[in-house]
Amino acid sequence: MLLTNLEIVPGRAVSQHLGLVQGNSVRAKHVGRDIMASLKNIFGGELRGYTELLQESREEAVARMIEQAEAAGANAVLNIRFSTSSVTQGAAELYAYGTAVILD
Amino acid sequence: MYDLIIFFVLMSLGYGFGRIAEKRHYKSIIERETDLNRIPAIVLRFPPPSTKPQQTVLVMGSVVISIDYFKRVAAKLRGLVGGRMKSYETLLDRARREAVLRMKEQADGMGAKMVFNIKMETASISKGRKGNIGSIEVLAYGTAIIPATMPMSVTSQSLA
Repeated sequence: MLLTNLEIVPGRAVSQHLGLVQGNSVRAKHVGRDIMASLKNIFGGELRGYTELLQESREEAVARMIEQAEAAGANAVLNIRFSTSSVTQGAAELYAYGTAVILD
Repeated sequence: MYDLIIFFVLMSLGYGFGRIAEKRHYKSIIERETDLNRIPAIVLRFPPPSTKPQQTVLVMGSVVISIDYFKRVAAKLRGLVGGRMKSYETLLDRARREAVLRMKEQADGMGAKMVFNIKMETASISKGRKGNIGSIEVLAYGTAIIPATMPMSVTSQSLA
């Protein structure tokens, strides 16, 4: 599966568009990380736990998007976009979407 | 009375550690930026046409950064009189540059020569009790263009 956020793939032509594919993941942080984060809120700096957490859930969102694209029979997803929204206090939704296509 | 003491302790801790952390972070950002200048990050939608076979890979970098206690209080005071909130400006600047650097590092590990169509995404992760922003997440993503290695070039030639 070829993933790109370009609208074309250099050197290859799109033979068929299969439409929108998407994947999302909602994750909450756990208490241990929350305590560390509240300490960091005093000292400032990077919250490593959160960075990892969000990275993991973003990977999951991408994996779900790939699953959908595979089910549609695509071999590439073009023009991928990410978006983040906070659903409730302490949880974030990570969303990835793109266009599934068949490349020659 | 105790509340006031705790407040001043938090303020001075935030001021001291926050300053050191920011200075150190900026130093490492500038160092890595000069090192990674060889991989330009380009905000164009279409890569230049090339006769050489290329491989494209999605790369991304993200970071969550929190503001320190002192700056949060300073920003709140600034909110009363209006004007530039310098403490949030540096926070966002650091987060963006760090995210782009992480993305470039990932691209560098794959042997990319440039990254195209950079997009940025900012979200506030945790909000304080009074709704003030505590920490922000910045995601930078783009498509790394990697000069293809031998087997890849053979397949694309046979396709063409």
